Amino acid sequence: MRRSQSPRTRLIFGGRVIDPASGHDGVADVLIAADGTVAGIHPKSSDNYSSIPDAERIDASGMIVAPGFVDLHVHLREPGREDEETVASGSAAGVRGGFTTVCCMPNTEPAIADQETVRFVLHRAEEAPGRVHPIGAITRERQGHSLAEIAEMVDAGAIAFSDDGSPVASAGLLRRAMEYSRMFDVPIASHCETPDLSGDGVMHEGVVSMKLGLRGIPAISEEICVARDIALARVTGAHLHVCHVSTEGSVGIIRKAKQSGVRVTAEVTPHHLTLTDDLIARQFDPLLKVNPPLRTARDVEACCAGLADGTLDCIATDHAPHAEQEKDGEFDLAPFGMIGLETALGVSVRAMVESKLLDWSGLIDRLTRRPAEVFGIEAGTLQKGRAADVVILDPRAKWTVTPDTLISRSKNSPFFGWEITGTTVATVVGGHLVYSANGHNGYP
Amino acid sequence: MVVTNKPKRRARADVAQPVETIDNPPPVDSSRRAGTLQIKHLLGLEGVCREDLELILTTSESFKGVLDRPVKKVPPLRGQTVVNLFYEPSTRTRISFELAEKRLSADVVNFAASTSSVAKGESLRDTVNNILAMKTDVVVIRHPSPGTPHFLARTTNAIVLNAGDGAHEHPTQGLLDIYTLWERWGSLAGKRVLIVGDILHSRVARSNIWGLMTMGAEVAVCGPATLTPKEFAELGVSVYTNLDRALEYGFDAINVLRIQSERQKSDFLPTLREYSRLFGVNAARASRLRDGGLIMHPGPMNRGVEITSEVADSPISVILDQVTNGLAVRMAVLYLLCGGQAPENNPGASA
Repeated sequence: MRRSQSPRTRLIFGGRVIDPASGHDGVADVLIAADGTVAGIHPKSSDNYSSIPDAERIDASGMIVAPGFVDLHVHLREPGREDEETVASGSAAGVRGGFTTVCCMPNTEPAIADQETVRFVLHRAEEAPGRVHPIGAITRERQGHSLAEIAEMVDAGAIAFSDDGSPVASAGLLRRAMEYSRMFDVPIASHCETPDLSGDGVMHEGVVSMKLGLRGIPAISEEICVARDIALARVTGAHLHVCHVSTEGSVGIIRKAKQSGVRVTAEVTPHHLTLTDDLIARQFDPLLKVNPPLRTARDVEACCAGLADGTLDCIATDHAPHAEQEKDGEFDLAPFGMIGLETALGVSVRAMVESKLLDWSGLIDRLTRRPAEVFGIEAGTLQKGRAADVVILDPRAKWTVTPDTLISRSKNSPFFGWEITGTTVATVVGGHLVYSANGHNGYP
Repeated sequence: MVVTNKPKRRARADVAQPVETIDNPPPVDSSRRAGTLQIKHLLGLEGVCREDLELILTTSESFKGVLDRPVKKVPPLRGQTVVNLFYEPSTRTRISFELAEKRLSADVVNFAASTSSVAKGESLRDTVNNILAMKTDVVVIRHPSPGTPHFLARTTNAIVLNAGDGAHEHPTQGLLDIYTLWERWGSLAGKRVLIVGDILHSRVARSNIWGLMTMGAEVAVCGPATLTPKEFAELGVSVYTNLDRALEYGFDAINVLRIQSERQKSDFLPTLREYSRLFGVNAARASRLRDGGLIMHPGPMNRGVEITSEVADSPISVILDQVTNGLAVRMAVLYLLCGGQAPENNPGASA
């Protein structure tokens, strides 16, 4: 991350501090030490701080103060498609959305499939406002044929392993990968899909795809692979993390697996918590094309319930930038994917808080402590002595999503026109103010 | 074949105009006149109201009269430019559109993707922008991707006609099929139509289903289970996978779809021979239609596969009527979408 200024003592006072890791939820002050760590949470404003008169005081009255969010699943397109996003621009979109830590998938060009590319991404991350952890490919060049050099990538700093964008089609190869990953205790993040069943599908298979004459991706394509990967995790003892769960069936399979003690975690995207396949019927809008595809209302309901009851551990955006011209034309020829870092908070509030499935504390838990635990990242908490990654949120601010409101280098959001509630007012990474709604240096 | 004993149709009932008040504004367009279409484009038959369908049918009938004259040309589209944008090979649909446009006196430009800049990698957006920069009024598009006509309709000011978008819809085919039945029967209410073949991949089936149901017909589909997804039942269509059993119900028409040999390669079917045995429409099966039953096929036919020659060339076959009617229906749709009014004004009379 970029360190353009020296960290200084900061006092964020008067806000509702929600830190699920320590169980804190109440009005308090957060003191950040000059070394960029959390110095403490103090329940009441007082003159305890007279010893630090030079502290920059940030008024968070009426705001929520929380640990910076952690996103286990983003695509930053660097190296290879810097016209769509870079490590720095994606991280900037992240801190604007409240994410101080993002984990980037290896489907770049070339793929993050060796030590050198992991180091390259980490090097680029030095220029980024937030923290970036690369995820290494499971297979060499992400081709699905043989194991990549996982140990070397772990040494270089890869946080997890995934061939995301594609499944590892070979059960035998994935079994070896899981066995091998256990030596380093790194998660295998699985894009669950059965290629034979997805075929060249472009949207969820169901009554809508049938009406529109678009080729379908059936729910069982995901569910069979989730079941297969859970069976492999059970046998190998590896930590399986299921990426972007989208179907009612998958939620059920994961719930049972967790009950029987398999090491499985799972994530769900804001768009799978809110959007359904029938939206595609309006205009065949390629902005709604994503993999896994938008499913039915029943699946959305099951995903929301799964996130609420803990079956699905956390929210991850699957932020997938695409150039404008690639999403401006034929639906079935457009690439899969949608951006999400900057809309994740408001869309998740709509799905989970406004529907009363979770309270604010529960939602923040699934954006901070839970994802950090899933990948074993030292983040997602305001505990004393930890790096001060803090986000100040306005839980009542309403805003309408338009291309102009987003800073990501790509604008392929499915949420244009949505009025959502909840916005980031300021973001602090390691004691540095890296984003504020009034301009990067203007807050308060 | 010559149509005899054509039943006399009722005059088209005047469409009741809703009372417009401040509290009850007109739903679509306050400038809409009786005898004009509510739709602005013909993107599909899903959602097209019965009044529009009936207006197209009666207008088609007027144009069919024009086709029997020695001089088959009328002036309504004089000065308008129509581009036929064909991204897929097509012979009969393209020729039918082109002829319809020329008979309406439009200036016609044909654009075939294989011979154009598309072959050089130009995007749909750029191709369309270029064509529109030439001040085109109407675009007729055939494209393998569903929704492409919708893309044009929302990104351009041209009037868009869908000439087939992938497996989605082929509305003028649906209209000409409906016209062919309506011409014979006078009304489709309560009539039973069975569509046989590869329903999953068929835009003709979808347009027929929507249009026929709106016109009050009962629709069923029949084909191999791999090509007749159960979701079709959710549209209010009966789904059969056994043709002989389906025919027990008693249908008034069978619309036989072309079966493509590609389906065999991708394991939807073991062999065309087996398909033909299970779903081929032969004389024995055709004889099980109700009295006055008709056989349709959108063409091109695979004789001996989905239909036998005996049936295709029999007196109950209206397959060539469909071709003639296609011309009249396309003239009617072009005429009405370009602002033409109800046939009471008799577009042919001004020739």
